[in-house]
Amino acid sequence: MSEFALKTALPQYLRVEQEKIQNLAAAQGLDFFPIVFEILTYDQMNEIAAYMGFPNRFPHWRFGMEYERLAKSYEYGLSKIYEMVINNNPSYAYLLEGNSLVDQKLVMAHVCGHVDFFKNNYAFRSTDLDTGGKTTDPASRPKDYDPNRRWIDKMANHGARIRRHVARQGINKIEEYIDHCLSLENLIDPHAPFKGSGPSRDPDAEDKATEIPRLRAKEYMESFINPEEYLEQQRIKIEAEKEKEKKFPVRPERDILKFLLDHAPLDRWEHDVLEVVREEAYYFQPQMQTKIMNEGWASYWHSKLMTEKILDASEIIDYADHAAGVLATSKGQLNPYKLGIELFRNIEERWDRGQFGKEWEECDDLAAKKNWNLRLGLGKKKIFEVRALYNDVTFIDEFLTPDFVRDAKMFSYAWSNRNERYEIETREFKAVKEKLLFQLTNAGNPFIYVDDANFENRGELLLRHDHQGLDLRADWAREVLRSLVRIWKRPVNLTTQVEAKPVMMRYDGREHTTRHLRRE
Amino acid sequence: MSLKIDQDHSRFRNIVRGRIRQNLRKYISQGELIGRKGKDLVSIPIPQIEIPRFRYSDRQQGGAGQGDGNPGDPVGGDQGDEQGEGGRKAGEGAGEHVLEVDVTLDELAAILGEELELPDIRDKGKSKIINEKERYTGIRRVGPESLRHFRRTYREALKRQISMGAYSPERPIVVPIPDDKRFRSWKTEAEPVANAVIIYMMDVSGSMGDEQKEIVRIESFWIDTWLQRQYKGLESRYIIHDAVAREVDRETFFHTRESGGTMISSAYKLCAQLIDDHYPPEEWNIYPFHFSDGDNWSMDDTLHCVELLKQKVLPRVNMFAYGQVESPYGSGQFIKDLRDHFSKDERVITSEIRDKDAIVGSIKEFLGKGA
Repeated sequence: MSEFALKTALPQYLRVEQEKIQNLAAAQGLDFFPIVFEILTYDQMNEIAAYMGFPNRFPHWRFGMEYERLAKSYEYGLSKIYEMVINNNPSYAYLLEGNSLVDQKLVMAHVCGHVDFFKNNYAFRSTDLDTGGKTTDPASRPKDYDPNRRWIDKMANHGARIRRHVARQGINKIEEYIDHCLSLENLIDPHAPFKGSGPSRDPDAEDKATEIPRLRAKEYMESFINPEEYLEQQRIKIEAEKEKEKKFPVRPERDILKFLLDHAPLDRWEHDVLEVVREEAYYFQPQMQTKIMNEGWASYWHSKLMTEKILDASEIIDYADHAAGVLATSKGQLNPYKLGIELFRNIEERWDRGQFGKEWEECDDLAAKKNWNLRLGLGKKKIFEVRALYNDVTFIDEFLTPDFVRDAKMFSYAWSNRNERYEIETREFKAVKEKLLFQLTNAGNPFIYVDDANFENRGELLLRHDHQGLDLRADWAREVLRSLVRIWKRPVNLTTQVEAKPVMMRYDGREHTTRHLRRE
Repeated sequence: MSLKIDQDHSRFRNIVRGRIRQNLRKYISQGELIGRKGKDLVSIPIPQIEIPRFRYSDRQQGGAGQGDGNPGDPVGGDQGDEQGEGGRKAGEGAGEHVLEVDVTLDELAAILGEELELPDIRDKGKSKIINEKERYTGIRRVGPESLRHFRRTYREALKRQISMGAYSPERPIVVPIPDDKRFRSWKTEAEPVANAVIIYMMDVSGSMGDEQKEIVRIESFWIDTWLQRQYKGLESRYIIHDAVAREVDRETFFHTRESGGTMISSAYKLCAQLIDDHYPPEEWNIYPFHFSDGDNWSMDDTLHCVELLKQKVLPRVNMFAYGQVESPYGSGQFIKDLRDHFSKDERVITSEIRDKDAIVGSIKEFLGKGA
């Protein structure tokens, strides 16, 4: 990293701006890790973006594909990456060489917002490391908060670990295996870091003496009503039942990667690679959970700092042109920058004017509501609180209001089979909110659990898709089963639904089958 | 500058190559690929190269959006454009990802060659003829006046005057002295001459319909592409014929539709004439390709063709290829006649092309012998 940093250090005039902007941001109450800015050419930028911010990641063709996509879309003028920032302490942020000074200032202000968010939003605490580089229990937090987040080093170590395996096993073998691991990348439990590591077996499931229910009988009738043979039969039956109940895992597991690491028959290198993939999946998890908030927060602050403090008159037009580009919605797609910043501004205004609480909710007088202003001035305090304690799902759930949905012209859309296109479905508040929440829940991933690791007593894996009204994409699901078999080394089954009918998908290492299940 | 990503990128390109190879036959027989070619690059859609995951099926999901419109109005369209500063995509949701990769025609031809196991073509011993070619590659301080590099000379003069304090912005006059003079320099590169010409002939009588022409068009495109890999300067000439033959440009070749009788010999005569006039065989590799549906006017004319081939054409060409495109009207007799007369002659290659799917096999028949 150091060599890299040396070649790309910020020129003096930008360092002056950085200091100025950081002081302004801190004066507004932003609280961020130290920030190291580096300046990159566009192909370096594309390279690092392809590695999702980390210059020393493990080798894999997928990053090459991402690079091709970025480089091409830059060449065609479709997109340009202005900025990138990584959640690390100190935080690294990359500026694009050749951008105008206004742009660089905007980006630096924006980055201050992101880094404040990394440091203070609860979800990112799951990325704290201990001195040994292991992730820590994020539940407790010391007073002077200066966590170890040397993910730059950690990712570089991951890279070194995998390169070592490549040297021993050959790139093809490792890369093919990483393909499988990456197929499972999203099979983690976002809540896992906050749950602590409880016992995975049910402590109540201690072996109890088998008690055989007897029919009630007077003592002298006992041997007639509960004859020995009958009791013996019953005992066998109950034991058999109990044997069946010795299910493993005791409770369904959502962190399937952890489950595989603990229980799949993996070679050491296989274990190592899977472990790397899992740790990195957990690192990126908070960013997926807070995309709208994080971008909204950073946009809120760059906008405030730029317009109130930083810009001089000659820069206003360029800034406005630029900010408009960032906040544009195109073709009906939600833009997290725009949705986020507007919601934060909305919250600030509501809390400034006291538009919350029981009295406000129960007020039926539209005119009164419109002019409602208790001059509480609580907005600033509230948005700082929100940035610390919420994620996208809870943020939308709590702060998206019917008024906001109307004013922001939000809608829900669905696929129309008849017209073969996506169409606007409705602008009704409840439906829009529901759709949005569904999109965000579990980062848009289906819920999949390990139900049984000894399915039908054959050591097969049984997964369950908790079907919430949406089918899985079938061809991809079959590919994932293939990857699971590669790792579990025994057949893998998945219960799900296809067109409202329960089915069991199965891959036994040779062929895929899907059979219908009877509804229970 | 070399980037760390280069290795990952080149492995990705290899995977793409593999995918292209798997679907090569499909790509080759797609006419649209030819249409889409811009300069040397073709974009090939590669489906499913992304990492599969448990995902919702896209169509069912839908989502939330923002903007104008009423219920029932279409949303979005394609989501090609992404704006915004973050590295990641702004919107998630609609749209399937089909990756388009750019491949050079040269690379595609290489893949075609590997897949069809086409041998590199043997030159007719012409690599002995060496052409010398001059290329301007640098700047020197001495040289003939005619090669003086004006801008460089004045730049030197300017540098000198500034360093000597003799330059004033108010009176910006720059006068070079002999020492300032700079000249272009060149390098002589020896390059083996390996010229080749393909002479395409096609029967354009009424029975050669659009579908048959499309087959010829696709097949000749790939033959062109492959031979271009083998030869530096590749020329193509086009002859159409019914009862008479004439030379046309490429556009006309593929789009003319005539009718009337068919005299194949007219084309062969013109082909021999072209060779006589423009392509001395000791300097050129010559590849005549003839496509027809196999009907000829008379047996006499067919015999005349055989004569022409034997006397005038075959002695001077690398190979002679005859492709018979199946049409509902043709009798398909001509290929049998050629096979009767030339079964022992390795220079004559015949191939029957039933439909588009047969194109790849036919290319292999034509070029697989490394003529």
